[in-house]
Amino acid sequence: MSITTLRGDTPVIETHGLRRSFRTRRGEVEAVAGIDLRVDAGEIVGFLGPNGAGKTTTLRMLTTLLEPSGGEATVAGCDLLREPRRVRERIGYVAQGGATDPTVTGRRELVLQARLYGMDRATAAARAAEVLAALDLEACADRKGGTYSGGQRRRLDLGLGLVHKPQLLFLDEPTTGLDPQSRAHLWEEIRGLREQGTTVFITTHYLDEADALCDRLAIIDHGRIVAEGTAEELKREIAGDVVTVGVGNHCAEALRLLEHQPFVREASIDEGTVRLYVERGEAAMPQILRLLDGGGITLQTISLARPTLDDVFLRQTGRSLRDEAA
Amino acid sequence: MRVLRDTLLVFQRSMGQTLRNPVWVVVGLMQPIYYLFLFGPVLKPVAQLQGFGGSAYNVFVPALLVQMALFGCVFVGFGLIAELRYGVIERMRVTPMSRLSMLLGRAGRDIAVLLFQSTMLVLMSIPFGLHITLSSILIIFALLLLIGLGMACLSYGLALLLRSEDALAPLLNAVFLPIMLLSGMLLPLSLAPGWLRAIGLAGSTVVVGIAVAAGLAALTISWAARSFGRSVA
Ligand SMILES: Nc1ncnc2c1ncn2[C@@H]1O[C@H](COP(=O)(O)OP(=O)(O)OP(=O)(O)O)[C@@H](O)[C@H]1O
Ligand SMILES: [Mg+2]
Repeated sequence: MSITTLRGDTPVIETHGLRRSFRTRRGEVEAVAGIDLRVDAGEIVGFLGPNGAGKTTTLRMLTTLLEPSGGEATVAGCDLLREPRRVRERIGYVAQGGATDPTVTGRRELVLQARLYGMDRATAAARAAEVLAALDLEACADRKGGTYSGGQRRRLDLGLGLVHKPQLLFLDEPTTGLDPQSRAHLWEEIRGLREQGTTVFITTHYLDEADALCDRLAIIDHGRIVAEGTAEELKREIAGDVVTVGVGNHCAEALRLLEHQPFVREASIDEGTVRLYVERGEAAMPQILRLLDGGGITLQTISLARPTLDDVFLRQTGRSLRDEAA
Repeated sequence: MRVLRDTLLVFQRSMGQTLRNPVWVVVGLMQPIYYLFLFGPVLKPVAQLQGFGGSAYNVFVPALLVQMALFGCVFVGFGLIAELRYGVIERMRVTPMSRLSMLLGRAGRDIAVLLFQSTMLVLMSIPFGLHITLSSILIIFALLLLIGLGMACLSYGLALLLRSEDALAPLLNAVFLPIMLLSGMLLPLSLAPGWLRAIGLAGSTVVVGIAVAAGLAALTISWAARSFGRSVA
């Protein structure tokens, strides 16, 4: 069966009302409040959300680490609750906090990990060497994990998650803390996995990552999925353009002046600028200029842009992800 | 079969870590040596007292061995907390490996270290006047194995429950002290009043002692193995 025939008709992840709450001293925290999710074979799906939205909790449930409080899920063709063993055989997981032991060498850990998935000694050693080469870790393969740089450690984490060639790979913020070059390099690796038919479910804080890497996105906030679709679809939902006017410290006045104009759909203040979502940017700009002029507000800058994923995010969660990531 | 294979894999990993950093084995060996050289001579005249029965070292060395089993294994949970923090345990829990093996592989390393230290101690005591038959050695080692296994698994289970060194240390002390006193490790329990002798199982046969130790070990193993399998939030 080829990937193309798989894609679109076999859900690799399917959840219904998946929930998880934690009991704490100050009462119950509902980390994941019932999500319905579907991921098809061969997709790279991005899971976007601000801090504390419930991304890691969702991943920990789907990887059998955490028992759901309710709901059900099928992962890699197996029932999550009834056949956790079989789910584990088919998936890989790279945790947000990493999984590298500072006292053991990368090669040893990779070989052990491969053997825990059932490979014999020789196969495991060969596979470990292959992974080390692919992730550009050969130079530090026989050094203890504690001596690795942040980027090397993260690449080893990724290697540990995919050493057994899982059909479904969960990545929890795999590129956080990496320099742009390492991130681009890791994206290439992840795209390469898709070419081999691996399905990738990835959480991220980086919108450019989501935009560049993911076939489809799900935005989660307060434990609920608030939007889902391809990046293009999500941007299209925010119909129109974004006009950003820089007015120094006169933001509040400018906002009051502009927000009730008929051509403005939504307006908000963001770091010394006023962001206006308008129907047609080219037509709106002259009117904005005239209104600000009439109001005696000096315009410092004005720009017109197509909506970005950040606009989608802002609209869906009321927060900008750029501030989060910074 | 899977359990055996996985246990061996985890054992090899843990043993490798210990051997590449043998400080702990050496430190663990120093303690009984201090006792042997600095406390043993003090004990000699006391051994004449009724209730000791036999040469000082014949009473003293088994007590030291038990102490080593208790001390050596009770703090192994700290290593596990470090592994939890590194994410190693979670990484293993995502694989289909046996949960029992995660426990037994680690405890196996602890037992191997313990038996090595015990052998060294027995060999070193012979020049001091330890008279002991091979069959009693084997019985003692069987007992040590069970005690060590029980303590190690208790320590691992508590580590998984508490997940913090700050909480584990006082709790281990609280659990450890009564076990140590009741073991007759400091002074023979035959010197103790009746009620205490009863709790400490003084005067019971070796078979009873081994059966009790085996029972406790089985209990802590099943409890700690379940903790490895359960979702650790
Ligand atoms: N073990 C726990 N006990 C209590 N609350 C928890 C526990 N684990 C997670 N939570 C809470 O559940 C919520 C969701 O946490 P989660 O780690 O899933 O967020 P996240 O989306 O991964 O965030 P981030 O982007 O910061 O990694 C948070 O409010 C968190 O404090
Ligand atoms: Mg997270």
